[in-house]
Amino acid sequence: MSAPAAFAARWSRLVVAVPYLWLLLFFLTPFAIVLRMAMSDADTALPPYAPHFEGFATLREFISKLDFENFRLLADDALYWDSYLQSLRLAGQTTLIALAIGYPLAYAMAAAPRHWRPVLLVLVVLPFWTSFLIRVYAWIGILRPEGLLDMVLGGLGLTSEPLRLLNTEAAVLIGMVYSYLPFMVLPLYATLEKLDRSLLEAAADLGATPVRAFLTVTLPLSLPGILAGAALVFIPSVGEFVIPDLLGGPDTVMIGKVLWNEFFSNRDWPLASTVAIVLLIVLVLPLALLQRARLA
Amino acid sequence: MRRSSPGSLRRAFQPWNDPNAKPLIEFRGVTKRFGSVTAVSEVSLSLYRREFFALLGPSGCGKTTLMRMLAGFEQPDAGEILLDGVDITAVPPHLRPVNMMFQSYALFPHLSVADNIAYGLKREGLPRAEIARRVAEMLALVKLDGLGKRRPDQLSGGQRQRVALARALAKRPKLLLLDEPMAALDRKLREATQFELMDLQSELGTTFMVVTHDQDEAMTMADRMAVMDHGGLVQIGPPDVIYEAPVNRYVAEFVGDINVLEGKVVAVEGDLVRIETALAGMVELDEEAPALSIGAAVLVGLRPEKIDLSHDEPAQSFNKVAGEIWDIGYLGDVTMIQVMVGGDSGRLIKVALTNRTRRAARPFAWEDRVWLSWDIEAGLVLPR
Ligand SMILES: Nc1ncnc2c1ncn2[C@@H]1O[C@H](COP(=O)(O)OP(=O)(O)O)[C@@H](O)[C@H]1O
Ligand SMILES: [Mg+2]
Repeated sequence: MSAPAAFAARWSRLVVAVPYLWLLLFFLTPFAIVLRMAMSDADTALPPYAPHFEGFATLREFISKLDFENFRLLADDALYWDSYLQSLRLAGQTTLIALAIGYPLAYAMAAAPRHWRPVLLVLVVLPFWTSFLIRVYAWIGILRPEGLLDMVLGGLGLTSEPLRLLNTEAAVLIGMVYSYLPFMVLPLYATLEKLDRSLLEAAADLGATPVRAFLTVTLPLSLPGILAGAALVFIPSVGEFVIPDLLGGPDTVMIGKVLWNEFFSNRDWPLASTVAIVLLIVLVLPLALLQRARLA
Repeated sequence: MRRSSPGSLRRAFQPWNDPNAKPLIEFRGVTKRFGSVTAVSEVSLSLYRREFFALLGPSGCGKTTLMRMLAGFEQPDAGEILLDGVDITAVPPHLRPVNMMFQSYALFPHLSVADNIAYGLKREGLPRAEIARRVAEMLALVKLDGLGKRRPDQLSGGQRQRVALARALAKRPKLLLLDEPMAALDRKLREATQFELMDLQSELGTTFMVVTHDQDEAMTMADRMAVMDHGGLVQIGPPDVIYEAPVNRYVAEFVGDINVLEGKVVAVEGDLVRIETALAGMVELDEEAPALSIGAAVLVGLRPEKIDLSHDEPAQSFNKVAGEIWDIGYLGDVTMIQVMVGGDSGRLIKVALTNRTRRAARPFAWEDRVWLSWDIEAGLVLPR
């Protein structure tokens, strides 16, 4: 290798190292700290967990005190399992509903005249200009008994008594679909807008009805957008804390809320960390498998 | 450069001259507008079974639009399109027995080559075994055996073009539309593909309509061609007729090279026409049944390969003019010589000399004083 080439190679290695360094500093290090907490015991004094780390001399002792007790506790308690399952189910439902609403929306946007598209895009991201919290609060006003929804439906004579949607699972679903819909629409729009229209003409030319052409050309070619959108909706939905807290009732126990309670109400940081780690595994494992399946 | 029509082998095939022949496709006064642009205006055209038809014209003259109306992707604003005598104007694309090879090929990127070819057959609901058989047949036809499992992005440009062709042919359409089929190929491949397409067409007996802006391509392949300009058809005919008897200056200049002289008709005796030109004096030419009146202002067209060059003054008393060589362009097969006629501020006339030997004595040089002369059969009259 010539000297300039070697220099370039060294440089490119350095450049590649930057994102790794970033990940190491801001992702792996905090993760290691949380993992360490998860394997520690609750303590009454601050910081509320033991063992403490006091220099490398006591490293062996420190390590020997780490254990999987919290993980065992988590596995044995049905409360945690139920809330994990409920979170996954609600996130799954949110994703499906967001897909069902988002796909036609993105499709219409991509089919709209070119000069209309930027306006439609702005409309999709417009809600982000107000605080997330305020928007969820607004839903309380809409969904509560005698709220906006009841007033409209009652006024139209469609319902005779209040719907009592607030503090139910349905309210949580409405809130989550509303909040995460743009994350579904945007990647879908990006793939659908790129779709070569002459492919649909070719399909029609070869005898495909419009529905057939959609199923055999548009849908498979928009799969990357569907997967990206689904991941962007599903992942934050699983750990969602604010929406179930504000819109859900006592039956809606999502894992994000459990996490909050462990951290701030029970002040059991080790158990809370365990909950967080398990959540991470639950989320990362299927994604990693998916990635491998796609590469294979 | 090929100037003669390959159709000479198929002289007997002239359904357009047969009053009893029923056209496969008929355009009747078809017009298509996009906003204020009239892409196709008042086109009437008949295509016959087994015909290889070429649509020739500059970019933007409406060739693709005309073809897309035939495939059903655009609706005419006026007029009708008939297939086998039946108006198909209202039939949606997926129900028309017409297939199109797209300019961009439009291959499905998520399907293998075999699945691309099978796509149309599956829509017909053919049995699996039959589809497999037809796909294999098509792959063999376009010489892509063994590449059925590849994805389009794993193919070269020429191979992709063949897949697009096979996919469009698989359904055995009555009419195959090809929109600039060779535009993305390099020259050698393009020439080879032209002849392959012609073989394929005569083998299958499918009617082909090819859109192109390349006159050599149109002349090589077509039984008949139409020259388009600004959405209208200017002339329809076999390539040799279009080349040797263009109806106007536009066609004459678009198809091949031509020198054009302004003149005035001074005598018409039977087929013989005498035209007085400002630049080259008296020009005499042979025109079949000329409908020219004495004194009419006309143009005389002279193809460069039909002009002779000499240092000495030719014996004939007309069809000659003196000039000075301004430029010599060696093109391999021919040498294109530009002669300035009528003084330094006159006109450049192009003359093409065939290079018959490898090391010719180069009889002509820059600034030579030379005589141009031509046969009575060389010139053609064009309306001014
Ligand atoms: N979908 C369309 N919308 C607006 N104008 C169009 C459209 N398609 C074609 N045109 C116009 O019609 C004319 C003919 O186009 P086209 O048929 O593509 O020409 P060609 O294939 O001969 O290059 C052009 O001026 C083009 O700009
Ligand atoms: Mg075109």
